[in-house]
Amino acid sequence: MTFEYAPAPESLAIVSIAPSYGLFINGEFVYPTDGTTFKTINPATEEVLAEMSEANQSDVNAAVNAARRSYDRIWSVMSGRDRAKYLFRIARLLQERAREFAVLETLDNGKPIRESRDIDVPLAAAHFFYHAGWADKLDYAGLGPNPQALGVAGQIIPWNFPLLMLAWKIAPALACGNTVVLKPAETTSLTAMLFAEVCQQADLPPGVVNIITGAGDTGRMLVEHDGIDKIAFTGSTEVGKSIGRAIAGTNKRLTLELGGKAANIVFDDAPIDQAVEGIVDGIFFNQGHVCCAGSRLLLQESIAEETIAALKLRLQTLRLGDPLDKNTDIGAINSPEQLNKIHELIKSGDDEGAQRWTAPCDIPDKGWWCAPTVFTNVTQAHRIAREEIFGPVLSVLTFRTPDEAVEKANNTPFGLSAGIWTEKGSRILWMANQLRAGVIWANTFNRFDPTSPFGGFKESGFGREGGIQGLAAYLQAANDSADQARGTS
Amino acid sequence: MRTIAEPLNTTSSLREFLHGLPGVDEVGVKARATALGTRSIKNESKAWAIDMAIRMVDLTTLEGMDTPGKVRAMCAKALRPDPTDPTVPSVAAVCVYGDMAPVARAVVGDNLHVAAVATAFPSGRASLEVKLQDVRDAVAGGADEIDMVIDRGAFLSGNYGLVNEQIIAVKVACGTAHLKVILETGELRTLDNVRRASWLAMMAGADFIKTSTGKVPVAATPAVTIVMLQAVRDYYALTGSQIGVKPAGGIRTSKDAIKYLVLVKEIAGEAWLTPDLFRFGASTLLNDLLMQRQRMAVGHYSGPDYVTID
Repeated sequence: MTFEYAPAPESLAIVSIAPSYGLFINGEFVYPTDGTTFKTINPATEEVLAEMSEANQSDVNAAVNAARRSYDRIWSVMSGRDRAKYLFRIARLLQERAREFAVLETLDNGKPIRESRDIDVPLAAAHFFYHAGWADKLDYAGLGPNPQALGVAGQIIPWNFPLLMLAWKIAPALACGNTVVLKPAETTSLTAMLFAEVCQQADLPPGVVNIITGAGDTGRMLVEHDGIDKIAFTGSTEVGKSIGRAIAGTNKRLTLELGGKAANIVFDDAPIDQAVEGIVDGIFFNQGHVCCAGSRLLLQESIAEETIAALKLRLQTLRLGDPLDKNTDIGAINSPEQLNKIHELIKSGDDEGAQRWTAPCDIPDKGWWCAPTVFTNVTQAHRIAREEIFGPVLSVLTFRTPDEAVEKANNTPFGLSAGIWTEKGSRILWMANQLRAGVIWANTFNRFDPTSPFGGFKESGFGREGGIQGLAAYLQAANDSADQARGTS
Repeated sequence: MRTIAEPLNTTSSLREFLHGLPGVDEVGVKARATALGTRSIKNESKAWAIDMAIRMVDLTTLEGMDTPGKVRAMCAKALRPDPTDPTVPSVAAVCVYGDMAPVARAVVGDNLHVAAVATAFPSGRASLEVKLQDVRDAVAGGADEIDMVIDRGAFLSGNYGLVNEQIIAVKVACGTAHLKVILETGELRTLDNVRRASWLAMMAGADFIKTSTGKVPVAATPAVTIVMLQAVRDYYALTGSQIGVKPAGGIRTSKDAIKYLVLVKEIAGEAWLTPDLFRFGASTLLNDLLMQRQRMAVGHYSGPDYVTID
């Protein structure tokens, strides 16, 4: 016998999923006026988890009105210290119910329980703790004395980190005194509805947080709503552009966190074993459904061969399968649409002459899966080097000199993140100055912390989330005359 | 690919090779250790791992107060760890000071390996001649495995040639006995040093590389073991010969032992999951493994009085 890991599934007993969910408006769960629903599905089993409500125009109106009322009457006049109290409560409740959130996230999204348990949920709680700390210290946010909230924020989040993206959006907005209407992605709404329960449990005043479920139409209604002062969107560049067009000519503020095609650059003096781990974390974390994923590996040519060999050896130990199993490394692809998109781009890689290698792993019969895939002999001209795949697919390119690495890394319409692997500190600093990306990791990849601002260059979006810089997205400075003229302060 | 160039026996040629090895990022290694530490080993996997861990133990006593009586008792335990359960396998070896090797050999016969620490263990501060005599005495006394220490002073001062010469000389003195080279990673401090010392020992003829004497504050850690497992994996890829790894000191619980087996499986590979290529240098670990084994058999803990203290 060899050392096989017996199944170690996380228990489902801790979560109870209702057969159907309403919308969370003004502190209460309400069903939409016309009763339209859609199903949310477990991507690992294709089983229906629950029926979700699709918010229509009158639901969106109700949510925005509730947020406006609560902004005017409660949240904007409450002291920062009191707002902090609620945020601390929410943070603690997220920690207390961490296991429940982790299991539910894994069921609805398909990500491995190891990640939802060790990364998504703890980081979500950390964002609330961090921003709770800011709520009574906004005078020191670098925006002048007594910066004011914007009003009602409409927030639209993606399906790759449902709870974590919710936390990135709601925590700073609330800390700065805004109220929110949040729309989760249509395939991953369950943890948002559980979060709504946490808002009730924390006695958060009704209307401060409103959560409406639905697809693109619901999102558009929210974006176009007159009662919204600010839109914060995380998702695809395509949708981001359409949002930009939709609100052009209005007073709405906008922050966008969009796609990426990050370069992960490995020099010949890198710690190779740890670089291999960083490559794996960079592109196979969360099945590659990460906007800042290190999807373009740039290897210095002198070490390309040995690094690729080491990478392939390492990928053979990745465990794909039941996301609830505590030993699973690679979970399910969130939706068949996404899987098709990944397959289409993999096919383009084949067609354009890149060399494909797929990690040997058993694919379960049910559910949507994609084995870790590595393309070598990729050039800058290939689609798989230019387009965001948003899946576990790595494109490997080579370079000869640091200048060439910078040139290739920057030669993309995106600019969200980049990674540098070298033991030479001066080169890290030089590279970081040359790279046009919002987040640059050195000798690590895909590390997140609420104190560190996150956001993009170019088509990866604008505005920052997290850190002191992230507060500016939800505040107006005291001397911001344009906003004062708008009368929202 | 990396190759071992022609004779690496001078300090300068060794330095060139060892300092040409890729660096080790300590933060990254620790993150990997933490991630692998979350592997959940249950049911039949756990039962398998516990038995494998028992079979990998070098049951050890290395005290100034060791007596023939103590060594005999430990050897009896090594042969039959749980007198109430004949299905419990024997450990891999007993590990004693050289002067106790004859006592140990008399008890275990040909059934177990007898490992003896030698070369002025644990500090290694003696002349080469004294070290070699220490080895010869242990081998003559019946030891078939020698656990030597490297000269950390020479290593840290960059005198790789001297460390290399001593390992080669000890290897000759060992004759047919297997040579385990103790790096004393708690004194080497950096993981770069651990990687370099591992390669130095392997190239000089080590059959095993071992973390620690157990006599300095920091003994085996998952991070150090990861670096050593990477070294034996890479050395195998380069030369085709498999070198063993022995973490020693500080591994006291079944849970820890199983974590080490996970490291072996996922870093060096399944081929290293054998007592010929992986050992635990431990004393109290065995009883914890036995208690876990009993618990898995009967469904509850029996308590420390249901395992023997020897």
